[in-house]
Amino acid sequence: MKILLTVQENSIAPRFDQASEVMIAEDDGQAGLAAEPRTIILPYRSAEELSDLIVKEGVQCVICGGIEESFHKFFTWKKITVIDGVIGGHTEALQRFLAGELRPGMVLPSAK
Amino acid sequence: MNDDFFSKLPEVAVSSLLDAIPHGIAVVDRDFKIVMINEFLEALTGVALADVQGVYIDFVLRSNIAQRGRTFREVLASNEPLVIEGDIVSRDRRKIPMRFTLAPLRNREEEPAGLVIVLDDLSALVNPGGIGPDIDVTESIIGQSPKMREVFDLIPLMAHTEASVLITGETGTGKDKVAEAIHKRSSRAAKPFIKINCGALPESLLESELFGYVKGAFTGAVKDKPGMFRLAQGGTLFLTEIGDMPLPLQVKLLSVLDDREFFPLGGEKKIQVDVRIIAATHRPLKQQVAAGEFREDLYYRLNVLHLHLPPLREREADARFLLNHFLRLFAERTGNSVKSFSDEALQLLLAYPFPGNIRELRNIVEYCVNICQSRRIEPGDLPKYLFARINPDISSAPLPAQPAPVPVQPEATGKDWQGIEKELIIETLTKTRGNRSKAASMLGWGRTTLWRKLKTHGLVNPAEVSIDKEEG
Repeated sequence: MKILLTVQENSIAPRFDQASEVMIAEDDGQAGLAAEPRTIILPYRSAEELSDLIVKEGVQCVICGGIEESFHKFFTWKKITVIDGVIGGHTEALQRFLAGELRPGMVLPSAK
Repeated sequence: MNDDFFSKLPEVAVSSLLDAIPHGIAVVDRDFKIVMINEFLEALTGVALADVQGVYIDFVLRSNIAQRGRTFREVLASNEPLVIEGDIVSRDRRKIPMRFTLAPLRNREEEPAGLVIVLDDLSALVNPGGIGPDIDVTESIIGQSPKMREVFDLIPLMAHTEASVLITGETGTGKDKVAEAIHKRSSRAAKPFIKINCGALPESLLESELFGYVKGAFTGAVKDKPGMFRLAQGGTLFLTEIGDMPLPLQVKLLSVLDDREFFPLGGEKKIQVDVRIIAATHRPLKQQVAAGEFREDLYYRLNVLHLHLPPLREREADARFLLNHFLRLFAERTGNSVKSFSDEALQLLLAYPFPGNIRELRNIVEYCVNICQSRRIEPGDLPKYLFARINPDISSAPLPAQPAPVPVQPEATGKDWQGIEKELIIETLTKTRGNRSKAASMLGWGRTTLWRKLKTHGLVNPAEVSIDKEEG
């Protein structure tokens, strides 16, 4: 499964449409990663462009901060899981996701 | 005044004070980490103070003003309050326009201690047309059936991405309208929306229309022509009847979609384009792919997002809704006093399958409004070709007297004079219950003229024609 996290420095970017960087990871099906996650710097901040990238990359789960309802609906329609409203470090968010512990709106300890 | 009020205020009242104010308020330290947020902001952001104390403020606010903390740092450094407009994304995933007031806080030693941030909701002041549902969409595409509601839900979603869209649906289902609605809702709305019918032009002409040519590319190319791709730069190119696009051109289109650049005909310089593609067809593209008539790679390239528009017969109560909608529209437009359909006329219309979908329904209503001489549309005001198509089992309403069992073609509703004349004759004969003398009189013609015209339009029995020939 391909997982995309919107990133700002070491944290989950607070807003999907303002994200300038994303990390794409792929799990190995055993709560681990199939390969080293790769980071993509986005040419400009645009929720539309980012949505396009997510669809084209075949991402199956998006982990992000605040996201507008229309984009959330769009991903749901495309059968892409969205875990939004996450506050905290992206490494911890990914680890928790792989462990099946990440929930929407979670404030992670690494946020402080 | 209670003497010890001020001495006890800092201990007991700060959170109560902030909670009493009907605005979102956050107090942050020098590192812009949350010290306190009031209940209003908790409700707006969906977080509890206890969970986010010590968290960098913009991770909670989700605003577009922070610029990675630069705005906050500037206010703290300048010691001057700042009022700035922007927006936040709320807990219920709404983008809410806000006025942010950022005021520096100083400690007793007058050193910078942090900021107080006040959020003022501007939703009521911002033009709802800018953030609410698109009026154009709801006005131009109408329907109440669950299938159409699904379409309405998908339009804004499709507008929010740059991916190609493939719209399928029978003729007259509104593919063009939906394509335009997607464009208008997208970030490309201010740029051109260019439509080109791939089935209407021969291959060579379509190629030059799409990609343009340079002067001297071929005989007659006396000056450069930009082509639709270049004209749609930054906007949307709507390729309708994509299923009719010739195979060689499909290859070129695929290459442009992949590389976002192309050579115009006869050109030596590549042209870069930023165009979103929306394609539409009434043909079963997948079957065309299987039959080798449409390239599979182009099919998948166009079919990133797929929207199927249901035919009218699958839209349940929408036919009645649309009939009334177009009746009001045309009555208003023509200044006609037609107000409603009679029960019989409505029953007949609802039994009709509308193979031409909304386009046909609209044309029928326009015809009725123009023909009807009273305030209610009766069965006699309906185009006669309907009666030939309506399943007699469904329609139990008494049909108006038919002139003769003649083959009447749907094309009779066309706008050419021959069609209108044919309709007029049928109309009049219906009124006179097949009496040709009365009909001729009503039309202001002699019986011979009427007979000649009946023959011209194929409105007489073959038996009658042969008798006529024998007599002649």
